[in-house]
Amino acid sequence: MEIQSCVTILNEWDIVAARQLGRNVAKELGFGTVDQARITTAISELARNIYLYAGQGQLCIERLHEQSKTGLRIIALDKGPGIADIRKVMEDGFSTSGGLGAGLPGVRRLMDDFKIDSNPGEGTDIRAIKWLR
Amino acid sequence: MRNQIISHINERKSELINEWVNQVKMETDERIVNIISEDLFIQTSKEFVDLILLSLSDSNNSEYSTKLELFSEKVVRLGWPITFVVAGLRIFVHIVFQSLVKEEVIDKQLEGDYLEMLDQWMAPLSNEIIHTYASTWEKTVSLQKIALQELSAPLIPIVEHISVMPLVGTIDTERARQIMENLLEGVVRHRAEVVLIDITGVPVVDTMVAHHIIQAAEAVRLVGARCMLVGIRPEIAQTIVNLGINLNKFITTSTLRKGMERALEMTNRKIVELE
Repeated sequence: MEIQSCVTILNEWDIVAARQLGRNVAKELGFGTVDQARITTAISELARNIYLYAGQGQLCIERLHEQSKTGLRIIALDKGPGIADIRKVMEDGFSTSGGLGAGLPGVRRLMDDFKIDSNPGEGTDIRAIKWLR
Repeated sequence: MRNQIISHINERKSELINEWVNQVKMETDERIVNIISEDLFIQTSKEFVDLILLSLSDSNNSEYSTKLELFSEKVVRLGWPITFVVAGLRIFVHIVFQSLVKEEVIDKQLEGDYLEMLDQWMAPLSNEIIHTYASTWEKTVSLQKIALQELSAPLIPIVEHISVMPLVGTIDTERARQIMENLLEGVVRHRAEVVLIDITGVPVVDTMVAHHIIQAAEAVRLVGARCMLVGIRPEIAQTIVNLGINLNKFITTSTLRKGMERALEMTNRKIVELE
């Protein structure tokens, strides 16, 4: 069973809206404060990437209920320029915008499961899951 | 034709208002109706109908435009959604027309003409209401923006050589710029040696926020002061570690109080209790 809610990312305040949505869902599912902070931070990173690099896109939050497991999936979708070298962006300290370069590798460490799919010119699709323990 | 309608509405004002209130209540979202008290609802409805009448009798009236503005402001303040107001207008036209037909004020053959005329009256009115409503909103938003900016990043001199910048709320690019400016300007003006940036009230510390804070701290170092990051909550500490952000250049503490003690130590002072 999956219930999805989305926020369209167009400006900086939409990042806050996406974060708020994620925090509320995480709270409802019963995540603790530390995991809530992890989830909201991950959403913040992904939403900001959409805003910075793609200009616009969508950030969706899904509640996952599988057998005995409950979780939360973040989906970040955009039709932006895409990522040329995925291996490179997953390295710590790599940034094309003068940032810290900790965003994507950071999200992978913050979440339990992380998938990235991107083709230059076609956009980016990132899915990350946190399971409730 | 016009005067006929106006006098008709005037004669049956209270009756029409009652009818209108009932219909509006039926058609709109219950949540909206529930947050508005009955008295307020009826009173505002009366004002609304008066306003419509005023616009019908003389739409170039200056009294009318000020009233419209006041009314829009009130409606915005009450938090009534625009769809509610617009729907209200439509319902009003409907009720007036039905009452006209029922009381046989108008000929059956002219019904279409009357309806068209009512519509023509309402179109500019609803445009104006939407316009005023929107500009009232815009004004509110821009005022709040200014208000927000004012409390966005104050640097407070606490004791000699020590200043604190408490940060509350979300940090966006605009605020990050203000933080930097206020920090540097304040450090020089207050001759601060140690600056404490308190992030107790910052809900999320992601790489962008961290990056801005690191840059601000580096700039503070360049003007000859030291920066301390205080108010790091346990969950924030964990996410910072997960993100792999390096804050080694900072002295960091969990609370402002501990930070204050450290800052006093750094400037060769301490707090003593009086005997």
